Amino acid sequence: MAALLQLADVTIRFGGLTAVSSLNLAIGPGELVGLIGPNGAGKTTAFNLITGVYQPTSGAITFNGQSTARLKAHQLARCGIARTFQNIRLFASLSVFDNVRAAVQLHRPHGIINALWRGRGFCEGEADVTRQVMELLEIFGLGAARDQAARSLPYGDQRRLEIVRALATRPKLLLLDEPAAGMNPTEKVELTRLIRFIQEKFQISVLLVEHDMRVVMGICERVAVLDYGVKIAEGTPESVRQNQKVIEAYLGDEVAVK
Amino acid sequence: MQTRAKRFLVLAILLAAGVSYCSAAFNRYYLGVAIDVGINIILAVSLNLINGHTGQFSLGHAGFMAVGGYTAAAITLALGPRAPGLLTGLWFAVALLAGGLLAAVAGLAVGIPTLRLRGDYLAIVTLGFGEIIRVILQNMECVGAASGLSGIPERTTLFWAFGLAAVTVYVVGCLVSSTYGRGFIAVHDDEIAASASGINPTRYKVTAFVIGAFFAGIAGGLFAHHKLFLSPTNFDFMKSIDIVVMVILGGMGRTGGVILAAIVLTLLPEFLRPFAEYRMIIYSLLIIGLMIARPQGLFGFGRRKTA
Repeated sequence: MAALLQLADVTIRFGGLTAVSSLNLAIGPGELVGLIGPNGAGKTTAFNLITGVYQPTSGAITFNGQSTARLKAHQLARCGIARTFQNIRLFASLSVFDNVRAAVQLHRPHGIINALWRGRGFCEGEADVTRQVMELLEIFGLGAARDQAARSLPYGDQRRLEIVRALATRPKLLLLDEPAAGMNPTEKVELTRLIRFIQEKFQISVLLVEHDMRVVMGICERVAVLDYGVKIAEGTPESVRQNQKVIEAYLGDEVAVK
Repeated sequence: MQTRAKRFLVLAILLAAGVSYCSAAFNRYYLGVAIDVGINIILAVSLNLINGHTGQFSLGHAGFMAVGGYTAAAITLALGPRAPGLLTGLWFAVALLAGGLLAAVAGLAVGIPTLRLRGDYLAIVTLGFGEIIRVILQNMECVGAASGLSGIPERTTLFWAFGLAAVTVYVVGCLVSSTYGRGFIAVHDDEIAASASGINPTRYKVTAFVIGAFFAGIAGGLFAHHKLFLSPTNFDFMKSIDIVVMVILGGMGRTGGVILAAIVLTLLPEFLRPFAEYRMIIYSLLIIGLMIARPQGLFGFGRRKTA
């Protein structure tokens, strides 16, 4: 099985600090992979490397057989990488509907001329967009809130809307940056269900960068553990749970007690 | 909804033509003020696309206006005197279009290198651009340098001013309400999230800048053929500020409010004429008062429309 996303010996240094050191990671189509590690382990840096915020000092990242070096964030989105943000970033002044609408247009050819001429093709295109957006919003139970301003949604709904917006770009790989941050246990359970549902329904790969053990261990098929920028373990949640290095570095008593 | 927009455009242009047809019956002074209103609507609505919708604080609108105004005036003067008629109208349209296009080119030239900047930095760069244009014009002998360009024939009528104002409103309105145009507001709200959603922020910003500059150029051409005299000081920093005030007072990103603000702020100084030298003081105080009473803009109570 050819990997969808492949990180080969990826290293990044900031001055004297090696934030991520020869990281190898492969994500296959339809896989749900977790990336965990204690604070400062380099999770977010790895995430930013994949999403093109940073360029690796050495090593290569390929997505769908294509190198992602020098691709900007919006070009990555076009290739099929969608992401959410640790601290939610919605288009605050736009409505729920328009938040998704802005992302749906990625795969449409209509531009300025069509928007001004307003011919038949344009009207059909806009109707099609509306249909797609509403379909997505209904799936995630946000249909009733379509005209609300995004900033007025409750926290959990904002997270969900951000995921819907990411899905609207029709990604092959969805990157979730600490989606459980700031959620209470009930919301976390709901989130777990949601992520699994997305993976099954949309048949996409998901990379979950997460702090919360329960969320990751509960749903990921494979987990990679970072510590001080080095991958110290990778495998099924069970094997990672048993791994001595991981217990020492991170899980510590949480697992030992259990 | 799409056809409604087109119907609005046709109706507005027809109305402008109709009223303009009877304009000989109007008082010359009122007619002049009315044309000023039309020109200011074009300026404010086009700047609103840049400052309000796309969130790029530009202080260079007077500069683009100057480019368009001088270009259009130069073309009309080069053509020499003409009797009023259809052909003259056509040449006027060509002159306006040329002014708009040259202003758009200027917008592109300024926009590409500077739109990587944000907020205050962009404001300062665009301010600098406006001043550069003014200084260049002040030293260009072929357009009269500091003594100004005079003898421009009167071509701007109510029809041109309000017809083109309607076109501006249509273009900006249609763009922003379309799915494509939601990208402008997305860039305004959160650039990082916009690019993660596949929107190219630089491209949107440059597009807004170019379209805004184009209409500022058109307004400049109308201004030139209305005042019949152009001087570089017409297009100084204060002119840009005037337009920015209209946008802010109208409520950033709200076309209806911005149109209303353009009307109010054009008429206000005229109504204050009886107060002679106190006029500008009262004007400033009124703006300060309005800003305190309605910081969200005159029309700022409604939410942005969905579709």
